Amino acid sequence: MKQRIEKLRCQSLDAIPHISLERAEILTDFYKSGQIEKVSTPVGRAMAFEYLLKNKALCINDGELIVGERGPEPKATPTYPEICTHTIKDFDILDSREKISFKVSAKVRSSQQENIIPVWSGCSIRDRILSSVDDEWKEAYSAGIFTEFQEQRAPGHTVLDDKIYHKGFLDFKKEIEDSLQTLDYFNDSEALSKKEQLTAMSICCDALIAFASRYADKLAGLAEAETNSIRKAELENMAAICRKVPAHKPDTFWEALQYYWFVHLGVITELNTWDSFNPGRLDRHLYPFYKKDIADGVLTNEQAREILQSFWIKFNNQPAPPKVGVTAQESNTYTDFCLINIGGVTETGEDASNEMTYMIMDTIEEMRLLQPSSMVQISKKNPDRMVKRALEIIKTGYGQPSLFNTDALIPEMIRQGKSIIDARNGGASGCVETGAFGKESYILTGYFNIPKVLEITLHNGVDPRTGKQIGVQTGDPAEFSSFDELYDAFDKQLIYFLDIKIKGNRIIERLWAEILPAPFMSLLIDDCIATGKDYNNGGARYNSSYIQGVGMGTITDSLTAIKYHIFDKKTLSMPEYLDALKNNFKGFDGFFKQLRDGTPKYGNDNDYADDVLRRVFESYFSAIDGRPNTKGGHHRINLLPTTCHVYFGSVCGATPDGRECGAPLSEGISPVQGADRHGPTAVLKSAAKIDHLRTGGTLLNQKLTPELLGNSDGIEKVMHLIRSYFKMDGHHIQFNVVTAETLRKAQHEPEKHRDLIVRVAGYSDYFVDLGIDLQNEIINRTEHGNC
Amino acid sequence: MQGIIFDIKKFAIHDGPGIRTTIFFKGCPLSCQWCHNPESRNPQIETICVKNNSDETHASAISEIFGEKVSAQYIIEEIVKDRIFYEESGGGATFSGGEPLLQIDFLLELLQLCKKQGIHTAVDTSGFVPFEQLETIIDYTELFLYDLKLIDDSVHKNYVGASNQLILENFRKLVKRHDNVIPRIPLIPGITDTDEALSAIITFLESTKCVTKVSLLPYNKLVEDKLDRFHIDNKIGRLQKQDDQKIIDIERMFSACGFHVSVGG
Repeated sequence: MKQRIEKLRCQSLDAIPHISLERAEILTDFYKSGQIEKVSTPVGRAMAFEYLLKNKALCINDGELIVGERGPEPKATPTYPEICTHTIKDFDILDSREKISFKVSAKVRSSQQENIIPVWSGCSIRDRILSSVDDEWKEAYSAGIFTEFQEQRAPGHTVLDDKIYHKGFLDFKKEIEDSLQTLDYFNDSEALSKKEQLTAMSICCDALIAFASRYADKLAGLAEAETNSIRKAELENMAAICRKVPAHKPDTFWEALQYYWFVHLGVITELNTWDSFNPGRLDRHLYPFYKKDIADGVLTNEQAREILQSFWIKFNNQPAPPKVGVTAQESNTYTDFCLINIGGVTETGEDASNEMTYMIMDTIEEMRLLQPSSMVQISKKNPDRMVKRALEIIKTGYGQPSLFNTDALIPEMIRQGKSIIDARNGGASGCVETGAFGKESYILTGYFNIPKVLEITLHNGVDPRTGKQIGVQTGDPAEFSSFDELYDAFDKQLIYFLDIKIKGNRIIERLWAEILPAPFMSLLIDDCIATGKDYNNGGARYNSSYIQGVGMGTITDSLTAIKYHIFDKKTLSMPEYLDALKNNFKGFDGFFKQLRDGTPKYGNDNDYADDVLRRVFESYFSAIDGRPNTKGGHHRINLLPTTCHVYFGSVCGATPDGRECGAPLSEGISPVQGADRHGPTAVLKSAAKIDHLRTGGTLLNQKLTPELLGNSDGIEKVMHLIRSYFKMDGHHIQFNVVTAETLRKAQHEPEKHRDLIVRVAGYSDYFVDLGIDLQNEIINRTEHGNC
Repeated sequence: MQGIIFDIKKFAIHDGPGIRTTIFFKGCPLSCQWCHNPESRNPQIETICVKNNSDETHASAISEIFGEKVSAQYIIEEIVKDRIFYEESGGGATFSGGEPLLQIDFLLELLQLCKKQGIHTAVDTSGFVPFEQLETIIDYTELFLYDLKLIDDSVHKNYVGASNQLILENFRKLVKRHDNVIPRIPLIPGITDTDEALSAIITFLESTKCVTKVSLLPYNKLVEDKLDRFHIDNKIGRLQKQDDQKIIDIERMFSACGFHVSVGG
């Protein structure tokens, strides 16, 4: 790594995340100017976007090759008061909380109090959501049955395809103009709203082009003042690049990356979209530029690496927007989930890996940054060399890249009705979510606490934590004479709560569509321009709404334990069992031991437990999949937790599998921590009993000792392990390669282990930034060794 | 048929090619001083009082049962469960122990069941059995992992508790009848890893004219801990693990004589 990149990297690592009110203040100025009241909602939002880009401070860091920051400087993190207006108390919490804190200066605090709160309080979309949903929704939300993604952050969950590498924003403007020309004001009842939407998109095109020229001017100024002739030439070149892109299509590697970065900044400035946004299949996108530049002699391999490294640092400079309350608990991290995809197949289904695949892997390894996240798509068509290279990076214990099965991603998308071409051009984003890049809005709507539903079933609809009747009365469990009766009651409760969630989703979707359209992001996603519809209003070619199931391991082991001990072995009666749960197993030592050591559990390739898993999967799937959303698409399921299994565990009493009150639930589709006793092959076999192809993503974490990947033979065997799991249609697997001993040391001496990055659940994070429960949980996850 | 085993290990990656499931048979005719499976020696199910290592604060002891009587059907079902991993990696099932040939009928049935299922088989043997028994399984065993410890019989007797005559003789006969026999040499510091001991092995292997591969097993400190836990008198003492250079030197010694060497299984 060159010295200047090392310097930029250190600057990024050392910068302290802090709240910047720049965006909030500029936006508020604009709203106060009264202009917004004179125009339609989408046009008003586009004008606000334009005003933001015109007035925000520019930032060019010393020596960097890709320019543009979301805030006035690295890690200056904006707020989005139109979405969530932070109270001063929220700021106090953000400033002082031990983990994932954001420094809030006195000046920021007073400006929030004087300028922001008076304008936005009560008017944010968060306020509107909370006043629009039903009482049942609020009860279930407070009980911790589900969370709500769009309550503090905008619907995002989309990734860019290759369109920006073929078209400039002037071309997009032309397309918008063509679409405007074809509007049928005589027969199309929506023509007028389409006109407003398209006009808004056009304004956004101008806004981004103007933003890039501001950077061009600044770069030209810096070039003029620069005395070092090499840097001077570089700055001049960068100024020329910023005059060319995004207005025109890029022709070089450097232009392509700078173009993407402007687009990225546009998306994350317009709204605080979840899973911020990312370039998707970066090796595929960049390779043609790289190849041409090298052939033309305008780029060296070394220069390409440096530009790529500079690009990488830009992501790390943008922490995820600050979150508070339940939203902070469900996703407690600075990571903004920009999951760059490499590998996989081409549009025509051939091996897509190329020289850029390896250069990107080198960059991941060398930069060792929290952001961007990275993943490798592995198809049966990709060479072993690619998988082994990924494992060599994973072996260093940094939790990246994660590994995905292209041969599962594609059929998942095809089952949902996507074309095979769109499916091959897609991948996974966020943690593990499947999507058709550049063409789909695949919104995660919230996590769903499946074990909590069992707890409520075992109390006939009452939440034992509060004593409130929040579910339906499905009968006194002591009266159930068979496991099937109990299961039916659980199934009824599950449907009841999922209905509440789905109804809430529809309400919330409408609010976003009507109040906060996203004209800038819309112009990037097909077919918003063609249909004249907003991304938040069904403009994308595909529109999916996800409800992410959490606690598959815990629910499987809990139902299995009830089946085994109450109905099959008759170890004890239901009232006795409930008594054990109520007492958190105190006074039930013998039974507790039996639960731990003498009860079938998921993760051991044992069908007694795994059949229960299959049954729960079917219930969850059929309660959700295929139910329409309000955007012409459907609800789908995926199984991932981010950090929500910790929050969900904290609202659950002791569960029948022997999990103690308040302890985290199992994460993703991983077995309950410590329940898998037969090694990784048994875990993979069990996990493959989930029908991955009917999901939009599952998350499996495995811990391996570093010794296992110590030599080429070990790497080869782990590669076979992965390929076998993928043959069984497994969607994703990730490895944490770090010893439990190292983690314990880091827990005791955090200051010495600030750089220790571990896999959490679908993303990586600094170990010392994790809450104590999550730290312990990661330590406890079974460490699979070799012989 | 039923047999007595003491463990089934999945994702075994040091007992033959690919990802394997290793079945550990109980009962062994030898008593190697460095044996790191002391629970494998007694052919019967037994209760052993072992130190409880999970309790770091006080040295407590708990009784544990070692060995389990299981049917061949049960074992084959467990083996077949990981078929997809074997097929992907070129792995299979390995029968180890203890000495699997001590339960020859049970072993034969398992090997035949594997063959019927198309699963690759390896047998890890000490060779200290009548040759007729090895002969019985030749057609059903795709790979023999054959432990060769020491050529000097007096030293062998001292550390292993029996003469090596039968072992060496069986080895010579076996390699003439089976083309996939890999000698496995445990490298016990100062005992089997000396130049003298290893040269003797090389001379012996060269004399058979049939062996092309050898597998070296570097010393594993685990044994000391295990002997301690099992309250077994540690006769070999606390040995120093070979350093990487020493292993490379030994590897070179064999490869210089034309052998393909693998380290660690």
